[in-house]
Amino acid sequence: MSLTGDSPLFPSGGAHVRAVNDEFHGDLLEVSMGPHHPSTHGVFRMIVTLDGERIVKLKPVLGYLHRNHEKIGEGTSYLASMPYTDRLDYLNAMTNNWAYALSVERLGGLAVPERAEYLRIILAELSRLQNHVCLAGFLLQDTGASGTPLMYAFRERETILDLFESLSGSRMMCNYQRFGGCRVDASPEWLGQVSTLVDGFGAFLDEFEQLITGNEILMSRTQGIGVLKAADAVAAGITGPLLRAAGVGYDIRKVDGYGLYNRFNFRVPLGAHGDTYDRYMVRILEMRESITILQQALRDIPTGPIMDPKAKLRGFRPKPGESYGRIEGPKGEIGFYLISDGSANPYRYRVRPPSFVNLTVLEDLCLGHTIADSVVILGSIDIVLGEVDR
Amino acid sequence: METPDQICHRLLARFPSAEISVLQNPGPAAQHSLLVGPASVREVAEFLRDDPLLRLDFCSNVTGVDWPDKVVVDVTKSTVPDPAGGPPKVTEQKTEHTQPGYLEVVYHLYSVALRHGPVIIRTRTANRTDAVTLPSLTPVWRAAEFQEREVFDLFGVVFSGHPDLRRILMWDGYKDHPMRRDYVEPEDYEWEPTPHGDLVDKSKRAHAPKPAGGPTP
Amino acid sequence: MTAMPTITDEERSELRRHGILLTSVEELYNWGRSHSVWPLQFGLACCAIEMIAASMARFDIARFGSEVFRPSPRQADLLIVSGTVTKKMAPQVVRLWNQMAEPKYCIAMGACAISGGPFKRGYNVLKGIDRFVPVDIYIPGCPPRPEALLHGLMELQKKISGQSIKGPDAPRHLRADTSCEYPVPEFGEHDLLPPKNPDVWQAPDSSRKQ
Repeated sequence: MSLTGDSPLFPSGGAHVRAVNDEFHGDLLEVSMGPHHPSTHGVFRMIVTLDGERIVKLKPVLGYLHRNHEKIGEGTSYLASMPYTDRLDYLNAMTNNWAYALSVERLGGLAVPERAEYLRIILAELSRLQNHVCLAGFLLQDTGASGTPLMYAFRERETILDLFESLSGSRMMCNYQRFGGCRVDASPEWLGQVSTLVDGFGAFLDEFEQLITGNEILMSRTQGIGVLKAADAVAAGITGPLLRAAGVGYDIRKVDGYGLYNRFNFRVPLGAHGDTYDRYMVRILEMRESITILQQALRDIPTGPIMDPKAKLRGFRPKPGESYGRIEGPKGEIGFYLISDGSANPYRYRVRPPSFVNLTVLEDLCLGHTIADSVVILGSIDIVLGEVDR
Repeated sequence: METPDQICHRLLARFPSAEISVLQNPGPAAQHSLLVGPASVREVAEFLRDDPLLRLDFCSNVTGVDWPDKVVVDVTKSTVPDPAGGPPKVTEQKTEHTQPGYLEVVYHLYSVALRHGPVIIRTRTANRTDAVTLPSLTPVWRAAEFQEREVFDLFGVVFSGHPDLRRILMWDGYKDHPMRRDYVEPEDYEWEPTPHGDLVDKSKRAHAPKPAGGPTP
Repeated sequence: MTAMPTITDEERSELRRHGILLTSVEELYNWGRSHSVWPLQFGLACCAIEMIAASMARFDIARFGSEVFRPSPRQADLLIVSGTVTKKMAPQVVRLWNQMAEPKYCIAMGACAISGGPFKRGYNVLKGIDRFVPVDIYIPGCPPRPEALLHGLMELQKKISGQSIKGPDAPRHLRADTSCEYPVPEFGEHDLLPPKNPDVWQAPDSSRKQ
């Protein structure tokens, strides 16, 4: 039985179904879900072996969006790679940019002014808000609430994207962070608009939760489904809300203290059961914590320059060496590993994608559940194919 | 947390026959790494994971790097005294030799239990052509499973002991290892029209010498 | 458009004011088709998020008739290729295109679907979906704003309205000389086989036109 779906009857790829005879279990059915499937969150393929409706084996097939980002990075200068990082986790361009800028700043020994650090934190938390609210919308869509929670989520996302657009010029592909600071300074009017959004977001979350969190269909579809134990999560390299829902209190914002996160007072929500409902609730609670961080940042942001005056962007040639920089993105640990040989292009440019590593446990979470649950579990892991395949 | 030198010292005390050394990282990041020989990397990894002082239970990143063959030119200067009594003659002799390349796999390790890191270990293959096998660290950290498959797919490093070593990003029938430095893309040149050609023609027409009488185009 | 005799638009609007509607089969046919284009729920990469945003409450593609995004290609009219088409995905896209029933249209949304985009120098990136699938509308941008997608959809509606039932302007399914099946590429050892479909795409001419 070929796991990649090759078969003499059907050419490789595409949606096809074969009956597989296993002498112990009778007839098992092998279904290829994807790469075109409404709920695989992009071009992702799962080859699922079913015993009736129960999953007995699940193999993910990746690479349908492999755009050789790392090879392009080797042929591009450091600055010119910044727009490509927008397209990795294409929902959160701001945090991707920050992770890359952090790595390059470590590589080149650049310092970042205080105002730029505050701006980065504000944008990263805004990005986290819109990512988690979209995830809640997409997760609800996967359970079958077709469209309505997603409409509410996208309504809020549009207000946040308007803020990104007025600051950086683009809704999604912001290309905003630079090595040593930020590209454009934020005006007091812009900060006022962020403040208005943040003050109103708590009320929106209350409305959203009132509609959804206690919903009995959501609870019966997600509680006890896809349980991830803490020890398995750590061994498998899981990061982000998936790890914290399993009960492990590891948030890179607290552990590494990059940026100026050590000055901020916020809690890290943890899950007790590690199931899909916990993953949903952890994200809702993280949104509330992001609101507190934003309020503190807006209160304390100093005036000053936003760019390191010694940073030379064009013709940036760091000394030979290497660096690994990581941040807590909304999906997990996003890191960049750069090896420099002293020239204008990196020698090796590597992205450590959170969604790719988080998919390691997909099979374990889905075994024994029904095929409808696999869709919900995949939705709760929160993958973005641009990051998985790079 | 201990420095790489201290960790190396303890590792050598524990595994006296292993090849472990500290590779200095020259840049400002100062993230020095431990270079471990392929024969001992599995036991070193288990030690790092289980040691109570380190508890590196979280493998964050697995990277493959391709170092191609390098041609090294050795210059030897020899001084020959001038028999006539003048200044001695300096002759240079250049010898070339090829330093064989290798494929390298770099592991970034952190500790969730003790909240420290990174500790970086690297292993190298013997060459880039036939001896490309390295022991897999997936039995030690499951996080390496998909990432080692990616290194196999894109670089060609064969990981022995990996539970499911097959291509992950490219399709199964693909024969190349695209991230290698000597990979050549299939010939697929596509000429791209740009606005410049038409604009140049337009400007030539606009700045052409005007004919006597009549409007300019 | 073949010239139909006698009635002018002013006379038609005068008659409409009196409650008499006059039209031609062709106009009615095209009006129905162009105002109910149902896209396939097919998003590849970042442009897909802007496509989803175009279907949400703020930009609302449903006002243009694209009310439902159908997940099954058998029920969809429009393939919006939004995002980078990789060589690994290309056979699947062509297969989906083949499974869609005529009349069907294709919009290449975003720079990656048009020509490979920022990822053009890639070993796994198909340099434009128009190498295998005949594209009707190209929407540039990276990603194009939802308004740009709506503009592209409106242009498609104009294109559909301009098609006639008979003659060379007829859509593919009403003509006897065109084929509606496109060959699906195979995975080769280094590249797709064939790397492009010569009936659908020719390389741009590099000679300068004077």
